[in-house]
Amino acid sequence: MSSPTSPMRQRYPQHFQRFDRNRFTMAAIGLSLFALLIYAMGRLGFFDGTLLSGLGRLFEIVSLMLPPDPGSWAHVKTYSISLLETVAIALLGTLSAVVVALPVALLAARNVTAQRVVRFLSRRSLDTIRSVDILVWALIWINVVGLGPFAGALAIMTADIGSFGKLFSEAIEAADRKPVEGITSTGGSHILGIRFGILPEVFPVLMSQILYYFESNTRSASIIGIVGAGGIGLHLAEAIRTLELQQTSFIVLMILVAVAAIDFLSSKLRFAMIGRRGGVTV
Amino acid sequence: MSTHVVRLPEAQLQPLLAAYNASVRSRRRHTLLILACVVVAILLASVSAEVSLSKLAANIHRFPSYIVRLFFLESGQPVWTDLGEWFWGLPRWLRLLGETLLMAYVGTVLGAGVAFVLAFLAAANVAPSRWLRVVVRRFGEVCRTVPTLVLALIFVISFGLGPMAGVLAVIVHTFGVLTKLFAEVIENIDMKPVEGVSSTGSSWHVAMRFGALPQVMSNFTSYTLLRFEINVREAAVMGFVGAGGIGQDLVEAIRKFYYSDVSAILVLILLTVAVIDMLTSKARHRLIGLEGKS
Repeated sequence: MSSPTSPMRQRYPQHFQRFDRNRFTMAAIGLSLFALLIYAMGRLGFFDGTLLSGLGRLFEIVSLMLPPDPGSWAHVKTYSISLLETVAIALLGTLSAVVVALPVALLAARNVTAQRVVRFLSRRSLDTIRSVDILVWALIWINVVGLGPFAGALAIMTADIGSFGKLFSEAIEAADRKPVEGITSTGGSHILGIRFGILPEVFPVLMSQILYYFESNTRSASIIGIVGAGGIGLHLAEAIRTLELQQTSFIVLMILVAVAAIDFLSSKLRFAMIGRRGGVTV
Repeated sequence: MSTHVVRLPEAQLQPLLAAYNASVRSRRRHTLLILACVVVAILLASVSAEVSLSKLAANIHRFPSYIVRLFFLESGQPVWTDLGEWFWGLPRWLRLLGETLLMAYVGTVLGAGVAFVLAFLAAANVAPSRWLRVVVRRFGEVCRTVPTLVLALIFVISFGLGPMAGVLAVIVHTFGVLTKLFAEVIENIDMKPVEGVSSTGSSWHVAMRFGALPQVMSNFTSYTLLRFEINVREAAVMGFVGAGGIGQDLVEAIRKFYYSDVSAILVLILLTVAVIDMLTSKARHRLIGLEGKS
């Protein structure tokens, strides 16, 4: 249909070129990425039979996991208690992180803190806290307060201070400065400007971020038990390691249901608190 | 200069003031009620999480001293006085870091590859069949809600200790997350090009290739790069459960109190993550720039 003399081809020659430079670079990048993929898969043992034999075993394990079965009522009770403990860890960690992070976020926000040095220092320390994984924090806190859920709550607090500090300071920087000017113009101090000019405006944003983090912290809290910091993760790791596979799938199911319930509750709560439109969007 | 303020007569003012006070009081009551609920929740949670402030107060000095000890060698010198001693295991750690990066790479590429195909089946506006869409969505949900470390633990049993288990866990999680994100991108496209291609009588996959794909490609790449950043972090802790990468040495150093090793490995991980973040964000910005040009 498209003969060399077709009008289409004459009008848009660039779209009919077989080799243009852009396409060549794209192909080169694609090829090298693909080569890297094959090399990496080889290095990680994808081609030496581990994958195939493992897949067989995985299939066996998954079939042994079904149906989920806690074993006995005593187990159900233990698991429920530690699931509650997990939620408690997440709640305490999130709330205490908020208490610490809010002042730090104010220090790190450009429109609140004029001191560049203070701002720089608070930002860098937030970055450092954030880039250490929550499991590492858990292990460090275990050294301080011993094994148990308390270490888990402290670990979640530490990791969240980093994230909240960044998110809060961004929300504060995005706030409209006119209310603050209004308050200053009536003779209000800097502190009053923050309290009545900025906080009411960022409150809905902070609220929805806190609720979101509470939900995601429930997930984190369910795995920090693997390193000994309390919660359901301990039982989960134990069940997997002792090959109690039906109990494993039961615990996983419990975690999924709990996370879904908290997800549901927190979105209800968010809408109740800040209205359907979600308050100020950043 | 005097300003004239209109002042309502007392009789009119009283009810207005009363209504105002009542509304303020009811809001205060509301806030107090919420606060009371939060306090009760905190108390209950503290009991459940075995919070003991006395224990914390008695032991809190260990936290700063732990952090400080991280920066001192066995011999008692600060780490920066003897870099060779601090990074004594550099060749091994670099090899493990390389393994971590490869795990993240393979996990991202394969997970994104599967998500790329399945997202078209999961997007409400282009999905060829309804039940297939529901199945793909639910499957993706399960894949992204089960924590990666739990997946890794299960894979370690079936594939043995080593990076294979970690890679598979990363693949499954990446697939779960990206299927959702990709499907949302597809749901936001302009349907006119797709309709145009379909109106020429072409089949579904041709319509997707020439109608939908050009619109979503840059967003897909950007999400995949973002995921790669996250996966590097995830792969770095896979070793905590024996699923390969640098995490294995890190957790061993923490457990056995090799303080300077902990800080050395953490510094290496932080540097790698920072470099990767920088490179991918540069690539993402280039990509956005490219899109703006064409």
